[in-house]
Amino acid sequence: MTDMTLGPIARPARGGPLAVERPPRPSALSNALVFGWRAVLKFRHVPEQLFDLVMTPIMFTLLFTFVFGGALAGSPGEYLQFFLPGILVQTVIFNSVYSGVGLCTDLQKGLFDRFRSLPIWSLAPFAGLMVGDLLRHGIAGGIILAIGLLLGYRPEAGLPGVLGAFLLLFAVGFGVGWVFLVIGLLVRTPMTVMTFGFTFIFPLVFASNIMVDPGTMPGWLEAFVRANPVSHVTTALRGLLSGTATAGQVGLALIAPAVLTLLLAPVVLALYRKK
Amino acid sequence: MAQGHDLAIQARGMIKTFGTTRAVAGIDLDVPRGMIFAILGPNGAGKTTLLRMLATLLRPDGGEARVMGRDLRADPDGVREVISMTGQFASLDEDLTGRENLRLLARLWGFRGLAARDRADSLLAAFDLSDAGDKQVKDYSGGMRRRLDIAASLVVTPGVLFLDEPTTGLDPTARAGVWSLIKGLAQGGVTILLTTQYLEEADQLAGRIAVIDHGRKIAEGTSRELKRQAGSGMLRVTPALGSELDRAAAVLGRALGAAVHRSAEGADLSVPVADAVEANWALSALVEEGIEIGDFRMGQPSLEEVFFALTGRPGAQAGEAQA
Ligand SMILES: Nc1ncnc2c1ncn2[C@@H]1O[C@H](COP(=O)(O)OP(=O)(O)OP(=O)(O)O)[C@@H](O)[C@H]1O
Ligand SMILES: [Mg+2]
Repeated sequence: MTDMTLGPIARPARGGPLAVERPPRPSALSNALVFGWRAVLKFRHVPEQLFDLVMTPIMFTLLFTFVFGGALAGSPGEYLQFFLPGILVQTVIFNSVYSGVGLCTDLQKGLFDRFRSLPIWSLAPFAGLMVGDLLRHGIAGGIILAIGLLLGYRPEAGLPGVLGAFLLLFAVGFGVGWVFLVIGLLVRTPMTVMTFGFTFIFPLVFASNIMVDPGTMPGWLEAFVRANPVSHVTTALRGLLSGTATAGQVGLALIAPAVLTLLLAPVVLALYRKK
Repeated sequence: MAQGHDLAIQARGMIKTFGTTRAVAGIDLDVPRGMIFAILGPNGAGKTTLLRMLATLLRPDGGEARVMGRDLRADPDGVREVISMTGQFASLDEDLTGRENLRLLARLWGFRGLAARDRADSLLAAFDLSDAGDKQVKDYSGGMRRRLDIAASLVVTPGVLFLDEPTTGLDPTARAGVWSLIKGLAQGGVTILLTTQYLEEADQLAGRIAVIDHGRKIAEGTSRELKRQAGSGMLRVTPALGSELDRAAAVLGRALGAAVHRSAEGADLSVPVADAVEANWALSALVEEGIEIGDFRMGQPSLEEVFFALTGRPGAQAGEAQA
């Protein structure tokens, strides 16, 4: 580095190339959109993350369908029909962990310090995280669905059913996302966010009706599984994809995301402002 | 004494406590506009905490401050409009390219589309990063990262630029580069408040230096004034035999009744002396004890010796982080 390259910086106030007219302050919406753009850029630069997002659900789908499918539902084909909506739910819930991990990483690296010292809408960075989440859920869900279709899965409700199912998945991802944002703000390392996240998720995902019909379980567990919000979501999603969903099922499925959002969004904002 | 409106930063009684740790225990600061002002202190002194409070990132537990005339408590958003902060650790998005990082910030400041792109490009050019602009930041060297981080603070020209340990971890060339960059900015009228553990850095750059330790300001002044505080002159002695360093230190201490400072490399002793007579007396005490003197000099104290005189502990050595 020589003085020549530094020359222009020397006189920012007096009209060197580095001096600029300050643009007018942008709107909160514009700030939020910029963070959304950041999420898209990140996705473009780290396409490997797709691998993380879809490998586990793909393995689950293949294993369960071909290894257990026959035993659980009579034939792999029939089981896939039952299991695929569930694996979509599982994928979205597992992938919600990533927004917490991403937030924790940004906080740890000091990136949020920079954002917080800017005169911008203070919650704009979260809008970016949400956009990132939606992208992840949409892309991962799309891939799993495509693989399901290849293996012979058929959503009886057709395209409208699929669209409805994805809207529900987005709502679930949005709701569950708050849990991990809270964790991301509270713990220090991204690894811990992962560990915490999965500890919390595993019982909910496995003690649900995603993999098997709870009718075969011991009474106490069956009661838990029937009350588990993950089961409600899975039931509603199956209904949406097969065209048999009732408004009651969908409403029940939306309770948990709504409650999580109402409860945790203020917590996230308070923790963030306090940081 | 500078008037309030000539001050870029005016802070009174700043306090921040973490649990039982008093990170900053009541610091006053007056930084005139356009000056490079250095906060010098060892690890854990409270430098980062003080800077983060002034940059609106941490709410002070006590005290008040005005930055470019704007009140930190009442108008933090107003303060954010006139400051930029380059933190101790690079605050960049490692996954994005350098150009994208700058474009992101330019857009957050309100540059639109092409204007944001132009802004990013001219910053990259000015910081000698044009060629690396399309590389992801995670592939940058420490020096490139630091330059990009500082560039990111100049998307709009701030009134006050906070730099937290801007050269820690850089090699001497990169450090010199950052120094000339900081000087250039100050010439352009930007007030700079920087922290450092390197006495040499404060000496080189700063118009004024505040020395802090355990959350308190223990001295403030120009480099020359601080040096005067440590005594009018220093006697530096290098015993011929390294093994006699301890004994020599003891003899000097007894002869002059003053604390003897050992240079970080360990070969030199230095001790404040009033005049040549005192120096002579000290040297003859060494000779009397049969300690052979390899070399001796009289001179002004270095900032490191100043720090030792002020705190009773050795200061960090410039260059330590390169090891
Ligand atoms: N978030 C925090 N929570 C608890 N303690 C903290 C926190 N931040 C700083 N401290 C404590 O406050 C004191 C001052 O820390 P600070 O980071 O301001 O020091 P520093 O002078 O910047 O040190 P360094 O040269 O190592 O960067 C230290 O004792 C530190 O442990
Ligand atoms: Mg620090």
